[in-house]
Amino acid sequence: MSKPLKQIHLAAHFPGVNNTTVWSDPAAGSHIEFSSFAHFAKTAERARFDFLFLAEGLRLREQGGKIYDLDVVGRPDTFTILAALAAVTEHLGLTGTINSTFNEPYEVARQFASLDHLSGGRAAWNVVTSWDAFTGENFRRGGFLPQDERYSRAKEFLATANELFDSWHGDEILADQATGAFLRDAGAGSFVHQGPQFDIHGQFNVPRSPQGRPVIFQAGESDEGREFAASSADAIFSRYATLDAGQAFYTDVKSRLAKYGRAPGELLILPAASFVLGDTDAEAEEIAHQVRRQQVSGATALKHLEFVWNRDLSSYDPEGPLPDVDPLVSEEHISRGRAQVRMYRDPIAIAREWRELAEANKWSIRDLVINTGNRQTFVGSPATVARTIDDFVQADVSDGFILVPHITPGGLDTFADTVVPLLQERGVFRTEYEGTTLRDHLGLAHPDEKRSERVAS
Amino acid sequence: MSSSPASHLHLAVALDGTGWHPASWREPVARPRELFTAGYWAGLVAEAERGLVDFVTIEDGLGLQSSHHGEPDGRTDQVRGRLDAVLIASRIAPLSSHIGLVPTVIATHTEPFHISKAIATLDYVSTGRAGLRVQISARPHEADHFGRRAFPPIDLAELRSPAGQERLAEHFDEAADHVEVVRRLWDSWEDDAEIRDAATGRFIDRDKLHYIGFEGRRFSVKGPSITPRPPQGQPLVTALGHQTVPYRLIARQTDVGYVTPQDSADARAIVAEIRAEQQAAGRAGDTVHVFGDLVVFLDDTPAAAAARKERLDALDGGAYTGDARIFTGTAAELADLLEEFAAEGLSGFRLRPAVLGHDLPRITADLVPELQRRGRFRTAYEADTLRGLLGLARPANRYAVAATA
Repeated sequence: MSKPLKQIHLAAHFPGVNNTTVWSDPAAGSHIEFSSFAHFAKTAERARFDFLFLAEGLRLREQGGKIYDLDVVGRPDTFTILAALAAVTEHLGLTGTINSTFNEPYEVARQFASLDHLSGGRAAWNVVTSWDAFTGENFRRGGFLPQDERYSRAKEFLATANELFDSWHGDEILADQATGAFLRDAGAGSFVHQGPQFDIHGQFNVPRSPQGRPVIFQAGESDEGREFAASSADAIFSRYATLDAGQAFYTDVKSRLAKYGRAPGELLILPAASFVLGDTDAEAEEIAHQVRRQQVSGATALKHLEFVWNRDLSSYDPEGPLPDVDPLVSEEHISRGRAQVRMYRDPIAIAREWRELAEANKWSIRDLVINTGNRQTFVGSPATVARTIDDFVQADVSDGFILVPHITPGGLDTFADTVVPLLQERGVFRTEYEGTTLRDHLGLAHPDEKRSERVAS
Repeated sequence: MSSSPASHLHLAVALDGTGWHPASWREPVARPRELFTAGYWAGLVAEAERGLVDFVTIEDGLGLQSSHHGEPDGRTDQVRGRLDAVLIASRIAPLSSHIGLVPTVIATHTEPFHISKAIATLDYVSTGRAGLRVQISARPHEADHFGRRAFPPIDLAELRSPAGQERLAEHFDEAADHVEVVRRLWDSWEDDAEIRDAATGRFIDRDKLHYIGFEGRRFSVKGPSITPRPPQGQPLVTALGHQTVPYRLIARQTDVGYVTPQDSADARAIVAEIRAEQQAAGRAGDTVHVFGDLVVFLDDTPAAAAARKERLDALDGGAYTGDARIFTGTAAELADLLEEFAAEGLSGFRLRPAVLGHDLPRITADLVPELQRRGRFRTAYEADTLRGLLGLARPANRYAVAATA
């Protein structure tokens, strides 16, 4: 007997503040006005997506000591936008990226619990960490967290927040107008947490929310990050959306679940994925190429080369050859507030490799950045893209994808209108929402069910 | 911008749980089981908007409600638990169109950077109807929820001593710094900073983004905000005060101060004190509205209102008293009192409905028409922003002014 078809999970990532987002396109709208968010969310809901996803950054990026001005700059407050979106959608999950370094558990827990109440059980939290003093300059606590403590803080932050979510069980509020008993007992929400990062106690003041706890996302990449996700996340926001890398990541992370007493379905792997659609595959390829040229202007190409070279390259011609000078290897980096520069561990070797590539292909600086940058994940006609997404999910590259359109706010419209119906025809994507909460959409048990199952088993 | 005549009073309604009387939840109209749903709050705001009130405030706190000033009271017979006020306001913003939304934020334990972008975002979501009410928390048990500072127990008598006043001043000074950072961050983007210049590939003109460089006793914040300047430029800042120390915060940092006069002479003295502080702070030319706070029981007869209060007091096991004067009576009597207080310099009122399900509809259906008949209240919303409703111009950006000077 063949394996039953996996149902695909789809989410919509609001276009972000990097060069994936093409703001110069005539169709590009505001990244701040609520109407853009409402349009995007309503499209995702019309397409029966599982959830909308918002990223976050708490300090404007800088390069060479100046605010980086070539990409979209600025975004609204995550919680506030998600709460407003709850008013214009009915089913769509609402996932916010919230930092565990520049927040306190009591406040974040009450914000997520409030969002879960106000959305009728649709809240999710993508837990991220930072340690940089650069971002810390915007906050009371400053930026003094040593890098090796960031996971221990994140773990303890999440554990503490879970203790707060669980401090109410759901049966405390009687609100019995006849007898005058509002609470079952005065100790509702009591908690004590003592640990190296947090030493807090008292009473949580938001009653148990519809989902019990928000759905928890992680973006773990390192071994430590993967363990953290395997032990305590409901879903992983990963960057492995290609066949080989995706399968390897999927197998690795799912295999870590057993030791925490968890089944494979209890942790979903949802990579970010970009896409370009055309009437035909050839047309889509052509558009994809144009989009990559829009994403990488000459000025952007030089700035991206600076990530590796760690030098001011503004005097170079982006249509000319790569610099002869080697990258500057230093603890001080020209780019601040950006996660991706950490990916270049051996800049000298990368520079050598890139020079060779450029010479062999007769590439300019801009050609090189375009051709070595991330190609869009799915490029083709709606039929091709639907089939590829389905094939990838059935081949355990992932459990679905978090789609990142390059146009705000309409970049999801065509996908919703053309690809989603094909996935529905294939019988791998819902035609109607079957439940009301995000846990329902993702097939995740309510925390109370999980608890009672464990007690019973 | 059209503005209302000076003779018009401003009205705000203070939303808290099922109402301000602690036994309000036991009234048949109270719907206490719906307190934690969006629909409950949407209904209240829709009712207030029907009454053309300037704005609603939403109470908040970082601990369970308590009838004691500084510690949990262990009671189970009153409403306990609440949702985050900023998120309630944002959830309701798309469902309303003219009314201002003013959630409470606690300066003592929150990050001004987060609060600034949250209220800026509320302003975007509501297209110019956002504000905040800044509050401090000196409560030791709330500090224990954060574990970063320990506060000594609160003794009301001790708070009136010089040492107590100093302690209070520290909290309010911190709140003033908090508001200063929030306000600077709102201005940290000039209005035309986003240029989308395809020719040069620049999305913003970074010369129009500004580091705020705030360094204070409790915190330093670099900036700029991650959120562009909100539609109103500066959303409304409000605070409640009962004595000199908070009056100073009202005079220095707010657009609206809520005060709690017991009678006309009291109202006159409070307004004079705030105006003097305003002068001392160099803000004599700025509009700072002083609103009187009143708890209201509104019925067709004074006797019915008084009886209702008595009945609720009995249910709660004691007479409800609070910081604000408690009014029981008819809408016409309340209109008389508001006019009397307004003559002493109050430009508006924040009414605290004793029972939201009863007294809020009485405000919109009885009080508002009564004030309209007297030519003291608007008959239609005359502006699209909260600042506009309050006759406050959209302020120039402090950094843009500095650049052109």
